[in-house]
Amino acid sequence: MLRFLAYLTLVAVAAGGASLIVTRPQTIPDSAIAGIEADLARGEQAFHAAGCASCHAAKGAEGEARLILAGGATFETPAGTFVAPNISQHPEAGIGEWSRAEIVTAILAGTSPGGAHYYPAFPYGSYAKAELADIVSLAAFLETLPEDPTPSAPHDLGFPFNIRVGIGLWKSIAVSNDWVIDTRGDETLARGRYLVEALGHCGECHTPRTATQGLDSTRWLAGAPNPSGRGTIPNITPGALDWTVDDIVAYLTTGFTPDFDVVGGSMTSVVQNLALLPEADVRAIAAYFKAVPPVE
Amino acid sequence: MIKPLAFTAAFGALAVAGTAIADSHAGLPPAVKARQAHMQLYAHNLGILGGMARGNAEYSAEAASAAASNLAALSQLDQMTYWAPGTDSDTVEGSKALPALWENIPDAVSKGQALATAAVALSETAGNGLEAVQAGLGPVGRACGSCHEAYQLSDN
Repeated sequence: MLRFLAYLTLVAVAAGGASLIVTRPQTIPDSAIAGIEADLARGEQAFHAAGCASCHAAKGAEGEARLILAGGATFETPAGTFVAPNISQHPEAGIGEWSRAEIVTAILAGTSPGGAHYYPAFPYGSYAKAELADIVSLAAFLETLPEDPTPSAPHDLGFPFNIRVGIGLWKSIAVSNDWVIDTRGDETLARGRYLVEALGHCGECHTPRTATQGLDSTRWLAGAPNPSGRGTIPNITPGALDWTVDDIVAYLTTGFTPDFDVVGGSMTSVVQNLALLPEADVRAIAAYFKAVPPVE
Repeated sequence: MIKPLAFTAAFGALAVAGTAIADSHAGLPPAVKARQAHMQLYAHNLGILGGMARGNAEYSAEAASAAASNLAALSQLDQMTYWAPGTDSDTVEGSKALPALWENIPDAVSKGQALATAAVALSETAGNGLEAVQAGLGPVGRACGSCHEAYQLSDN
């Protein structure tokens, strides 16, 4: 109920004229990416690191089928049900007609080509920290993927969540481009931080949220209610997770815990993505998890 | 719409919580204990193979074959009585099986069959060397994960 009231307040304030100016959807123009050369190999790595297939490929898809981005994954939340859209290259059903700048804008700013705010079930609040060259390359990689004609299903949201204008204010107060952890010049940790905080968007599920639904950086990765269903997402800070770096790498690439339980829930798909990254990247992610402040 | 729904949901949650507390006091239903024990047997045998695959234990053709044969046998047991109706995670505190499993029995059975296929394949090759174990474990883990992805409660 508190979240509902907080959101209602946001909508009310956002509806006030002045805030509409600061909260209008941001875009990244063609000129901003004109000088950036896309690198398809880099884009493919970003695709796996960012977990695009987890939501935009069919649920349970494996291997090559994870490159068919027909959408359809659903997320049942207190606000209603969000449905991941078709982002295949189909000209009508997907994003085949979008310019590269429009794709980059969607990912980094959460703004559609039509100038609407996306709901933050799409984790652009994390992607906003990504390097522009990675996202330009990711957009170029998406352009190489197959078409699928399945139309996107609409979200099923009740009032007031069906009013997108409130999202602009939410973005302005709840999305931060500051890194959570100081890596003190350590290159491995910096790489891990980039993969965890930006592309991997781990905090979107593993970090609890504040009253305004931003990620609570004081309890970073300390566990939270499952945003898309029953149960909870675990605390993965050293305060709760005592696995070694090797244990974490093995889990993230094979799905086996140190006790040989097997990954479940939405993490199953994350493991499929991370198994496709260079091992050095997964080790950097594991090193980062060992370095975050422990929360009991 | 939100308010009455939220109220109904909260009321429902209270009712479920009451049931769950009663259940936790009474201990887990035998069916839940049985399937959790079954999972534990998978984990034990996977641990023997995984220890070798990761280089934490020396490869032994005999031990690898035995563990893989156990996995294959376990995966082919008739489990229908384990998955008793009314033992989902909404009803029984300590159950990790989502209600969706009972709404999709044919799919759950097919996922179980996929595990049996992968486990039988591993049992046939596990004695051939470390590389065969390493190669065969992946499909077994993915088969486990495929069912956990769809039907296991996410928790700590």
